[in-house]
Amino acid sequence: MPALPPEIIASNVADIVAPTPSMPRFHRSDPRTRRLIYQGAFFLVLLAAGFYFGSNAAANIARRGLELGFAFLGRTANFAIGETIISYSPADSYGRALLVGAANTLMVAIVGCVLTTVLGVALGILRLSTNPLLARLVGTYVELGRNIPLLLQLFFWYSLVTRLGGARDAWSPLPGVFVSNRGLRAPTIVANDAFAYALGALVLAIVLCVIVKRWAELRQAATGKRPPVLAVMLAVLGGLPILGGLASGGSLALDYPQLQGFNFTGGMALSPEFVALLTGLTLYTTAFVTEIVRTGIQAVPHGQWEASRALGLSSGRIMRLVILPQAMRVIIPPLTSQYLNLTKNSSLAVAIGYPDLISISGTVINQTGQALEVIFIFMAIYLAISLATSAGMNLLNNRLGLR
Amino acid sequence: MKIQRLVGACIASLVGLFQPALAGTTLDAIKQRGSLKCAVQGPSNPGFGVPDTQGRWQGFNVDFCRAIAIMIFGDGEKIQIAPLTTQTRFPALQSGEVDVLTNNTTFVLVRDTQLKFNFPAITFFDGQGIMVPKKLNVQSALKLDGATVCVQPGTTTELALTDFFRKHNMKFTPVVIQARDELTRAYAEGRCDALTSDATTLAAQRTTVSNPADHIILPERLSKEPLGLTVRHGDEELRDIVAWAFNTLVNAEEFGITKANVDEMLKGTDPQIRRLLGVDPGLGAALGVDEKYAYTIIKTLGNYGELYEKYLGEKSPLGIPRGLNNLYTNGGIMYVPPSR
Amino acid sequence: MSAVFAPSTMITSTFAVRLRVRALGLAKVLFGTWLNGAITIICIALVGWLCWHAYVWAWRDAAFSGNSTQCRAAGGACWAFIRAKLAFTIYGVYPFEERWRAAIAMAIFAAMIGISFVPRFWHARLLAMWIVALALAFMLLRGGIAELEIVPMRNWSGMIVTIWLAVLSLAFSYPVGLALALGRTSELTLIRYLSIGWIETVRGVPLISILFVASIVFPLFMPEGLEVDNLVRAQVAFTAFGSAYLAEVFRAGLQAIPAGQYEAASALGLGYWRTMLLIVMPQALKLVIPPQVNTFIAIFKDTTLILVIGVFDFLGAIKAMLSDTDWLGFATEAYVFAAAIYFVICSGMSAYSKYLERELSPEKNR
Repeated sequence: MPALPPEIIASNVADIVAPTPSMPRFHRSDPRTRRLIYQGAFFLVLLAAGFYFGSNAAANIARRGLELGFAFLGRTANFAIGETIISYSPADSYGRALLVGAANTLMVAIVGCVLTTVLGVALGILRLSTNPLLARLVGTYVELGRNIPLLLQLFFWYSLVTRLGGARDAWSPLPGVFVSNRGLRAPTIVANDAFAYALGALVLAIVLCVIVKRWAELRQAATGKRPPVLAVMLAVLGGLPILGGLASGGSLALDYPQLQGFNFTGGMALSPEFVALLTGLTLYTTAFVTEIVRTGIQAVPHGQWEASRALGLSSGRIMRLVILPQAMRVIIPPLTSQYLNLTKNSSLAVAIGYPDLISISGTVINQTGQALEVIFIFMAIYLAISLATSAGMNLLNNRLGLR
Repeated sequence: MKIQRLVGACIASLVGLFQPALAGTTLDAIKQRGSLKCAVQGPSNPGFGVPDTQGRWQGFNVDFCRAIAIMIFGDGEKIQIAPLTTQTRFPALQSGEVDVLTNNTTFVLVRDTQLKFNFPAITFFDGQGIMVPKKLNVQSALKLDGATVCVQPGTTTELALTDFFRKHNMKFTPVVIQARDELTRAYAEGRCDALTSDATTLAAQRTTVSNPADHIILPERLSKEPLGLTVRHGDEELRDIVAWAFNTLVNAEEFGITKANVDEMLKGTDPQIRRLLGVDPGLGAALGVDEKYAYTIIKTLGNYGELYEKYLGEKSPLGIPRGLNNLYTNGGIMYVPPSR
Repeated sequence: MSAVFAPSTMITSTFAVRLRVRALGLAKVLFGTWLNGAITIICIALVGWLCWHAYVWAWRDAAFSGNSTQCRAAGGACWAFIRAKLAFTIYGVYPFEERWRAAIAMAIFAAMIGISFVPRFWHARLLAMWIVALALAFMLLRGGIAELEIVPMRNWSGMIVTIWLAVLSLAFSYPVGLALALGRTSELTLIRYLSIGWIETVRGVPLISILFVASIVFPLFMPEGLEVDNLVRAQVAFTAFGSAYLAEVFRAGLQAIPAGQYEAASALGLGYWRTMLLIVMPQALKLVIPPQVNTFIAIFKDTTLILVIGVFDFLGAIKAMLSDTDWLGFATEAYVFAAAIYFVICSGMSAYSKYLERELSPEKNR
């Protein structure tokens, strides 16, 4: 018997029905021979099907006069893209345009996953609140979020965002911040000397914080008392960059958005499409994550709560130090598939005009007619993103697992 | 080869889901099937093709499909309408999923050559325009530097728009939304400063905003958009039928034959009219269709002008002036080959 | 709503809350501490505000009959629009004179779905009934027999298509998913790797891209002249999609069956297929019924995406009716209506899945 991978349960069957020595080799009831015959037959069927569909495709391609190949990727795209996080102009190539689409997809997926995690954990805890009203309110949100198709939710958020006032009567909650149906505009910091000093000081502050935290842990282990770390860390994080900025002798400059012609220029911008897509994706996925977090927390035995309380920990710290780390083991596998769902669902962007990978692919297909190649490219990119996410989360899961 | 045929037989045996295999030309297949398959802009396009409350397709383009069906079957109801998106229409025609595109496809060089299509008739002379809200106080497209423009993907409009702004050294931000109704809504709610599309489409889109009078279509035309009926290369018989179905509608208008007076016209003495209506036979036989084809088309649908006024004209909700689409005798450029 | 708070779903700590509510009274829980009091007041204010606005828009100022002008004058929601178009959302462009056929087909579906919800009826006979019902519904909808006029699948639309697609996708996904799950756990290397490759590829890409493949690439692989309807292609896409997700659900069930069951089966002299069919499958499938229902809910919600490839489903009909020039500017009402329909169906199914979880849980049988 060749060694079979242990994860295959069915191998047990094979072990049991292993051939007796008296059986002649290559008898048709010998499992090994049978396995070979099955696989061979299956392979032949597959080959035949592949040949059949392949020859159809070849005939159809010839008949329609399609020219296959990736040469079109180098040709000039000649169409504009509304928002890009890497530089792009209509004079760039189709390949570049697709890259812009992939970057946009990644952008919304990453931000969405982070927001979903934060919101999902918070709501998952609130779902178990002792205040029945709050728990039920969260429960209602979960039901609504999970049971209405995402596409409809996206239409809802998009129409809400576009119903804000126009650029000329934008709502300005803070000086320099403008909210309108052209999106969100906020001032950005100009990268001058003062900014560089402050940034350097911030890095220093983070390093200091790590050291302080480590020291506090050692101290706690030695004396049993925990020094007031949080206050120190906040002071360091807030104070050092300000000192750094002052030390440079200059002052921070802000690039304020200004209304010019039809729209704002300057500052940083989030487009309404991005905001609507992000809101829709996040709230939809969070509804699922909330339930996952709830189940995860409940999976931690009640004795853990009681033991922690007996140690005198506050309920906030029990949650953070005892319950959540254990719940994580239950939470991470389903959370991974929610991350994957969010990334894949970002393809609905095409319905509300965010230039994601699928949306740009659609335009490229129409301009070049190279449907097969473009579909192949975007499927490969999504597959790569999915596999990378799975691999990363598996790594995390293994680290958090019991050792 | 045997296996290939076997697998083919297996697949083909899933009867009911599949149409019988084509025998010979597309026209033969249409006759065998008993209905003509036309594509319209989906899910719906006001004036050109919309399902009414009872679920019947109505519209300018739908009636061209009916006219072609009358040529083939003598019955304008033997049609199947496929609402297709701009991205699926060409693969659908190429694969034979539909027989004719009656969905406002622009006749351009690459579609003729690379996609291997024929455009037997141009049903509508259009041009890409830009619509803006009146309150923007913009009178010319050249004043749109820095504007945000709503545009539908998968059309030639995206390309023409980019070309126009680059040519005049202006900047713009596109907002690209696939579904036309969502795009119009985004524009109506002020997400974009301007909306671009073929001028007639703009007129149709204007009817669906809450106050159409608040929007104007700027005078500039960014491109020529001759919208045609589309068939595949190689479908020569179908191509002839499509072409002469359309030409009949226009020639009827030229001769003054209308839905109301067509019966009277049958008794007339004008040899051209007698030939067209099949009183003096010959044309039908030449096309391989019923001699009364023109009579039936006009009796059922009306002439080109009547269709225009009914679905698109100034009295319809779309309110598009005849303009270029007037007969050449009335100042337009609608000039079709004579039926003789 | 009741489903969410049904006793079975009450988790230990909320259960504790319930006891406290009983013991100390509601007031104590809601206003026991300053924080709780503040939370309660904020929640009440929020819910009250939302309910008031919903009431004013959807009921007090709403118009329930009349035409679009009267509707606009009313100021609130225009339910008259939905009333006028209700039949259209169900039948779409299905021929008007033949709507009765679609209505009967819908009734057959409704009856079958209703029957299938009762675990007592889960029997091989139910499967046979479903096959008969599907065949009957198909013949009714498509026609071509017994003097019925043929209605090509192209003209099927509205709610009929949504339900047809959801039911058929499940029906086809189920066996394919089972085969894939068996393939993935099989000891035949070639079959195992092919199954893994297929499942992971389909699960790794968005449904939209699978629909694109089905509508654009799939026809390329068909022999010349063989026309496959758009709806059939959408069905192929949904089957590929649903089966990959169901396969993983089934695999979880298969892996939960203790090895002793396999050993006992082979001790009885059963081969692979009989072991699987008679011993393993019945147990494994029962274990994972709730996730199966959840996958079905997901597929049902995802049917909305076929709009992208131009199939006229329920949401497509909603969109088509929005461009009726007689009724303009009532998009909100139409979308709220659509959302409500989807919500009722999906939350109904998820409540059902919770009921099943309770009904079939091993604890209950102990």
